[in-house]
Amino acid sequence: MSKNNIRLMQGNEACASGALAAGVSFFGGYPITPSTEIAELLARELPKNGGHFIQMEDEIASIAAVIGASVAGAKSMTATSGPGFSLMQENLGYAYMTEVPCVVVNVQRGGPSTGLPTKVSQSDTMQAKWGTHGDYFPIVLSASSVQECFDMSVRAFNLSEKYHSPVILLLDEVLGHMREKIRIPEKDEVQLIERCKPTVPPEWFQPFELTPTHISPMAGYGNGYRFHYTGLTHDPFGFPTGKPSEIREKLDKLMLKITQNVDDICTHKEEFLEDSHIVVIAYGITARVAQQAVRIARHRRFKVGLFQPETIWPFPEKALKRALEHADLAIVAELNQGQLIHEVSRIARSKVKVQGVFRYDGEIMTPTEIVNKIREAN
Amino acid sequence: MRNLETSTEKAPKPKKEKEPVVEWLLAAGHRACSGCGEALGAKLVMDAAGPNTYVATATGCLEVFSTPYPESAWRMPWIHSLFENSAAVASGIEASLIAQGRDKDVNIIAQGGDGGTADIGIGCLSGMLERGHNILYVCYDNEAYMNTGVQRSGLTPFDARTSTSPSGKLSWGNKTNKKDLPAIAAAHHIPYVATATVGYPNDLMAKVKKALSIRGPKYIQVHVPCPLGWIHPSDMTIEVAKLAVLTGLIPIYEMENGVVTKVRKIGKNRRPAEEYLKVQGRFRHLFAKGADAEEELEKIRQIAEANIKRFGLV
Repeated sequence: MSKNNIRLMQGNEACASGALAAGVSFFGGYPITPSTEIAELLARELPKNGGHFIQMEDEIASIAAVIGASVAGAKSMTATSGPGFSLMQENLGYAYMTEVPCVVVNVQRGGPSTGLPTKVSQSDTMQAKWGTHGDYFPIVLSASSVQECFDMSVRAFNLSEKYHSPVILLLDEVLGHMREKIRIPEKDEVQLIERCKPTVPPEWFQPFELTPTHISPMAGYGNGYRFHYTGLTHDPFGFPTGKPSEIREKLDKLMLKITQNVDDICTHKEEFLEDSHIVVIAYGITARVAQQAVRIARHRRFKVGLFQPETIWPFPEKALKRALEHADLAIVAELNQGQLIHEVSRIARSKVKVQGVFRYDGEIMTPTEIVNKIREAN
Repeated sequence: MRNLETSTEKAPKPKKEKEPVVEWLLAAGHRACSGCGEALGAKLVMDAAGPNTYVATATGCLEVFSTPYPESAWRMPWIHSLFENSAAVASGIEASLIAQGRDKDVNIIAQGGDGGTADIGIGCLSGMLERGHNILYVCYDNEAYMNTGVQRSGLTPFDARTSTSPSGKLSWGNKTNKKDLPAIAAAHHIPYVATATVGYPNDLMAKVKKALSIRGPKYIQVHVPCPLGWIHPSDMTIEVAKLAVLTGLIPIYEMENGVVTKVRKIGKNRRPAEEYLKVQGRFRHLFAKGADAEEELEKIRQIAEANIKRFGLV
C-alpha cells in the first residue's frame, strides 16, 4: 500500500475493501451491471483471506445463501442492482423476520425493470424501505463518495451485527464506477462490532428472547444451542404462533429494536446550516452535486445550507427538524421522480415549504440545476 | 480458415435478391463485436425458422447488440423479456395464439444465453418444457456472462478463467465442468433435444428446421465462441467452434424422445484437447511458463474422452 494508505479507487472497489476490513467472510452473488466489480474483487480476495465466494445461479439464491452463511456464523454480504434487488425482496423479508444480520449493497441504476443498466439513478430509495411485504423497519445507508463507500461498508456490517438485521447500502452507478482518492484506515483504526452470542446454558436458550434492548443473542449453527428458524410469525422460541399477544410482541420487537435506537443508527452531515433560510436536502451522489451548488449559492450571498442524511432509513428526523427550525424552504434534490421528498414533507409538516429538484433521465444532476432552483425561490 | 477436416459441408448458399444485406431476418448492421458467434448463431436460427416466427429473447448480449435505440435488427415479432423468463413469456405467447386460433403455421422461439438459460432461467425453462408448450428454446452457449464482463456461468467449462473464477496461486479457474443442460432438457420427456455449433452452420439450420417440424417443446443448445470473452482473434470464431467439436469437448448430437439418435462423428479428424485450449486466452494459464498444469490438462482430456465414449464420437 502507498504512503499514508492513500489509494485511488472506484466506489465499488472501496465498498468491497470496506467489507473485507469489516471481516466479511462470505459473498454470494450474481453478476449485474453496475455492481459486478464488487463480486469480481471479492472473488479474487476472499479466498486469500480464508473467506468464501460463491457465484449463485440468480439473486434469489444469492440472498438465500447469504442468510444461510450468516446463520452459520459468517459475516455475509451480497451486491446487486435494481432487477436483482427486486428478486431479493422475499428473502430480505425472511431475514427481517428471522433477524439475520447481512449486508446487501444495491448499486442503483435506472428502472423500472431492466431500465438503464449503465446509467445512474436513485430510484430505489423507497424500494429499500418498502420492498418486501409486511411491517418491518430497515436500516438503509446511502454513500456519496468513494471514501464513504468504504466507511459505510464497514458501518453496514457493524449495524447489521449490532441490530441483527439486514442492512442495505445504497450506491449508484456513478459512485460505483467513479474513481477518487481515499484513505484506507489501518486495521486497528477500524472498529468492529460482533453479533451478541448467548451466554446461558443451551437448555435455557430462546433464539428470539424478549430483552430490554429487543435484540436477542444469536447462537448460530454448530454451537450446541438448539433453535428453530422460520419465516412464519414466531414466539420467543422461534416456533410459529397464532396467538395475538405473541404476534404483537414479535412485530413490536422488530420495530422497537430499530426505533428505540435511531440516535445510534442515524447519521447525517450538514454544511452552513447556522444562518440558512433555505436548506438543500440531498443524499448519495446528489449530495456531492448539492454541496457544490450550495457553495456557489453562498458565494452569491444566498443564505443556503446543506443537509445530507447518511442513513436514509430510519430517516434522521430529529436532525432535520433542527435544521429546518429557522428555514422557510427545503429543496430536496434526488435522481428520481420524487421519493425522499415525501419523508421530508412529512417531517417539515406545513411549517416549511418543500420543493424538489428531480432528474431521472439517466444523467447526473448538475449544480446549476440546484442553484437555479435556489435563485427561483429567492 | 485452415482446412480442419475432410467434411463435405458447404457454407449456406447465397441468395439471389439484389440486396443481400436485408434478406436475413436478423438484419445486418447490429452492434455485435466482430467475430461474434452468438450473432452468427442467431442469424442462422432465424433464417432457418423463417419470417412466421415469434421470438422472445432473454436479457444478454444478443438483446443488447441487436436493439440499440432506435433501431432493431429483428425483422419479425420480437420481445425482450427479462433475464430469467423468456421461456415463460413464450409460453404465454403460445397459449394466447392458441386461444385466438392463430397458432397455425407459426413458430415460437424462446432464446437466451447460457446464463439466462442454465442459471437464472432454468426454472422458467423447466416449466415450459414440462407443460408441453409448442415452443423451440434455443440456448446460445458462449460459456459465460459476456454482457456483464465475463463472469462464470453454469455452462463455463472446467478450468476456464473468468472474472469470477480467476486463475492464480489458489485456483486453475472454473472448478466445475459444464452442466449437462441438454440431458436436463431431455429428462423432461420432450420430443427433441439437440446440440449444435456455429462451426457447422448447415447442421445447425437443419436441426432448427427439424425441431420446428415437431409439435411440443424442443431444446437446442448452440455453441457460440465469443472472441472477447474467450480471448481469441475474431477471425478464428469458426475455427475455434470446430476445434471444440473435433477435440470431443463439445459433442454434437440429437436426442429424440430421450434417446440419442444421431451424433456428429469426429473419427480420424480428432484433435488433442490442447489444440482447442491453446488458441484461447481463457486457458492461457494452463500453458504459462512454470505452470505445472499437466494434472489439469489430463482432467480436461478425460472430459473429452468421456464425451467420445458416451456418444461414440470416434
